[in-house]
Amino acid sequence: MYQGFLAIFRSMLGSLRDLAPIIIVIGFFQFAVLQQPIPNLADMIIGVVFVLLGLTFFIYGLEMGLFPIGESMAHALAKKGSVFWLIAFAFALGFGTTIAEPALIAVAAEAATVAAEGGMIEMTEVAKSSYASGLRFTVAFSVGLAIVLGVMRIIAGWSIQWMIIGGYVLVVIMTGFAPKEIIGIAYDSGGVTTSTITVPLVTALGVGLASSIKGRNPMTDGFGLIAFASLSPMIFVMAYGMII
Amino acid sequence: MLDLLKDIFDITLATIKDVIPIAGILFGFQFLVIRKPIPNMKRVLFGFLYVLIGLSLFLLGLERALFPLGKLMAQQLTDPAFIAGTKDVASEALQWFDYYWVYLFAFAIGFSTTIAEPSLIAVAIKANEVSGGAIGIWGLRIAVAIGVAVGISLGTYRIVTGIPIHYFIISGYVVVVIQTCFAPKLIVPLAYDSGGVTTSTVTVPLVAALGLGLAETVPGRSTLIDGFGLIAFASLFPIMSVMAYAQITAYLDKKNKQQTMEEEIN
Repeated sequence: MYQGFLAIFRSMLGSLRDLAPIIIVIGFFQFAVLQQPIPNLADMIIGVVFVLLGLTFFIYGLEMGLFPIGESMAHALAKKGSVFWLIAFAFALGFGTTIAEPALIAVAAEAATVAAEGGMIEMTEVAKSSYASGLRFTVAFSVGLAIVLGVMRIIAGWSIQWMIIGGYVLVVIMTGFAPKEIIGIAYDSGGVTTSTITVPLVTALGVGLASSIKGRNPMTDGFGLIAFASLSPMIFVMAYGMII
Repeated sequence: MLDLLKDIFDITLATIKDVIPIAGILFGFQFLVIRKPIPNMKRVLFGFLYVLIGLSLFLLGLERALFPLGKLMAQQLTDPAFIAGTKDVASEALQWFDYYWVYLFAFAIGFSTTIAEPSLIAVAIKANEVSGGAIGIWGLRIAVAIGVAVGISLGTYRIVTGIPIHYFIISGYVVVVIQTCFAPKLIVPLAYDSGGVTTSTVTVPLVAALGLGLAETVPGRSTLIDGFGLIAFASLFPIMSVMAYAQITAYLDKKNKQQTMEEEIN
């Protein structure tokens, strides 16, 4: 019992260390630069305690639940030897986790407003919401496709450099042709698709897969799935902006 | 108090809604395709529960404490009155260097929010485990945080000066490609990944507020066009800083080895 408390106390201390920089930065700018007191100090302290507890629980759960299940499923699917199911799983994971992503929903709505102001679509609610949901499906589809491509890379042992550099070249070429209004959003969409739950799962999938296929190195082959997932939405969002 | 309970309830519900599709896919494949029981089922379920509780508390705390203050701060720092106040002659036109507090804030907030980013902690733990300790958890996190910090402050400079975003992003790509040729091979995929990992729960809301506030303040910028793009900077620069971190570590290792060899010879 005492041991358990000690362990929890120690990981809370770790979370406090993770959080300390934010508290210092906000404190410094509030007191030294803006020279104002902290409003609702009690509320602030409660909030910080919540964040601390939350981070501690999250990391506990990560190592107990998310990592093991991601890896054990990758092992099981690799052992089954069916490339079809592996790819279906990769697509479902990419598409399913992205379509419901709150950050993406927000970005899609903003993109619709930009498109309406730029005169690409009509200035009506209906046009905007259909544009936004079209964009969401496009991004989710592109993330699904990206994870599939990444998994195929692990199976076949392709080198990641050429694929990513090829992707960059495509982004650069498309930047020349895409409507100006969409470029900022397209570039941002790469960053918003990968959420806090998706990242550990996808990482575990890649590492698990690379360690269960002979001749693959978990370090050089296991990582890289997230890179695909953040590159492909840029390409697809620009394409979406060009077509619509 | 009632207010707090309502918040807890709402956020937990939202987190559950986020997790359901993921859990559905995982368990669906486990039972329909793999058709084998999950090893340590009870432990995994508890793990999921902890993740759920942890994420809810984390978001709740951020929304109650850090986000309101951080967003307010971003607004105040980009307020024309504040920026002009740092100048002796108020009537003079503002130059790009008059925004120095903004750049400094962008750097500091980029660094500190990245250190607290849960998904980066996850990837760092995994990379440390897979590399057999060769990649340090803190080394990676600090390298990524420096990348985000530099990226975001450069991004705010771009908003102030109005230089088109693709100049920065495309030159960033060129640097990444060159670094890829010289960096230790082991780090390359991880470095590419760290670009996407950095920007989630903690960083995005604060950085978005900073970008929108700045685009509103600086004359001639549109919030719709110039307010975006900071996230893109925050996901490009860590790729460079992580590769640089590996390059520096490899270089130091080599130097150390040479030294010990020379000492042995002498």
